[in-house]
Amino acid sequence: MELLNVALPKGRLGEKVYGLLKAAGYPCPAIEEENRKLIFENPEAGVRYFWVKPSDVAIYVERGAADIGVAGKDILLEYGPDVYELADLGLGKCRMCVAAKKDFRDSADRLLRVATKFPHIAARYYSAQSREIDIIKLNGSIEIAPILGLSDVIVDIVETGKTLLENDLEPRETIVPISARLIANKVSYKFKHEQIAALCERLEARKNP
Amino acid sequence: MDIMRGEERAGLRLRELYRRHGYLPYRMSKFEPYDLYVRNKSFLVSEDILTFTDTDGRLMALKPDVTLSIVKNAREGGGLQKVYYHEHVYRTSPAAVGYREILQTGLECMGDLDLFAEGEVLYLASESLEAIGGGDYLLDVSHMGFVSALLAGLEEDVRSALLRELGRKNASGIRSVCAQAGAAKELADGLCRLALLYGPPAEVLPVLEGMVRGPEAAGALAELSGLCGLMESRGAAKRLRLDFSIVNDMSYYSGVIFRGYLPGLASGVLAGGRYDNLMRRMGKTGGAVGFAVYLDQLERLEKKDSFDGDILLLYNKEDDPAAVAREAEKLIRQGRVVRAERQAPAGLRYRDVIRFGEGGGR
Repeated sequence: MELLNVALPKGRLGEKVYGLLKAAGYPCPAIEEENRKLIFENPEAGVRYFWVKPSDVAIYVERGAADIGVAGKDILLEYGPDVYELADLGLGKCRMCVAAKKDFRDSADRLLRVATKFPHIAARYYSAQSREIDIIKLNGSIEIAPILGLSDVIVDIVETGKTLLENDLEPRETIVPISARLIANKVSYKFKHEQIAALCERLEARKNP
Repeated sequence: MDIMRGEERAGLRLRELYRRHGYLPYRMSKFEPYDLYVRNKSFLVSEDILTFTDTDGRLMALKPDVTLSIVKNAREGGGLQKVYYHEHVYRTSPAAVGYREILQTGLECMGDLDLFAEGEVLYLASESLEAIGGGDYLLDVSHMGFVSALLAGLEEDVRSALLRELGRKNASGIRSVCAQAGAAKELADGLCRLALLYGPPAEVLPVLEGMVRGPEAAGALAELSGLCGLMESRGAAKRLRLDFSIVNDMSYYSGVIFRGYLPGLASGVLAGGRYDNLMRRMGKTGGAVGFAVYLDQLERLEKKDSFDGDILLLYNKEDDPAAVAREAEKLIRQGRVVRAERQAPAGLRYRDVIRFGEGGGR
């Protein structure tokens, strides 16, 4: 049988996801060794894992280079890839929030300047409120934008709120809760249906024993 | 045949297939008035349209779609119109930047449809995939009537949110939309089950029977089983799968819809369905069913020859050109691909290199 290609997000979330898959019967001893390889196979379990940048997982899956993968709901909402979203893994839980300086007073008659890594999510959220905004796309250290007066608010992921607090910011509105999702390429899902359905079932069984 | 690209060969095979089933060729202009597409934007695969101003000042568009043009010119009353086409369309694709020219072959059957006519279109869809995929393919079928019966009575925005989650097979998404809309738990359960169903008709049809509520769903299921039975009797059901995650805009599509896939191609190569609602929107009375095969992706499946030719015939300045010509001609007559030149061309590979006057030459 052909191996199931699994794209894992590099980093802490990816390691947790691998732990989940290992426990569900898809171990790959090679991946647990310390080395710099990026692709790992275990033909006995029928899987091939590879590490990619978290925001790229959806691209690998959408284009079929990976059959399945794990991506945050934030990435799926931002890029809208054409993939199946098969399970909420309940890992990496956080929320997409609007945050501002504690003393910031919003008034609806002004153009709101929004700094974010997620321009599509921010634009959709405010356009649903018919609010005109000025989006400032940043690639990191979003929290600094309101402090330096670059923006009025930020739209970003909030896990504990500690970073916000330390920078004298506070979450104002929750846009959407975020967690890690198991995604699948639409065509792989059909041609490797038994393999993917079995994996989903075993993951589900681990979630609700 | 070797000089033809895969998409050209496939296009020929498909047109021959449709012609043999009595479909007539349909030729059309590359342009249509922009108006036609503006009025039906959500029918199109992508909403971007290449436009230009015609000499009389009218805003024109390079065809992003063929079906709209055919439906526009469909004649009213009396039997069926069966046509096939082979055309370029111009549109953007979500995965790529900018406009692309896409070669598309397909057919439409319009008028007073019956189960035979609809079954024939589905059969030709599966034969098309067989012809271009070499036997390994899947044809997924869904029925919008069955889905819309489940969603009846819901607000427009809830319905479209549910259709979107159904298209992603996202059970947790379906549950959260239902919860937010205050819909019955029974609806959420049913939709989740429908989203995750995938399999051959013999497996899935009995499950669907248990989900029928009301005459609309019963009618849709009867039509679906009828079509699957017809495919079975024509020996074409082996690669048929039922999958309700294929969803299309309900304001255009009314009944059965289907998609075809080949292994190794990350998106579908065939898409079609029954679009009576589009006919009605364009002021026509009959029904319509058809599909398109996207040939542009096929080049990915082709195995590239690792040589640029069979023989490189190298000659010198002093050699008699007439003798070189005779030698080249002799090799070509033997069925070889021969390139004759004084020096080896950079970057090209040949199976054999022959120096004129040595080895095979004289």
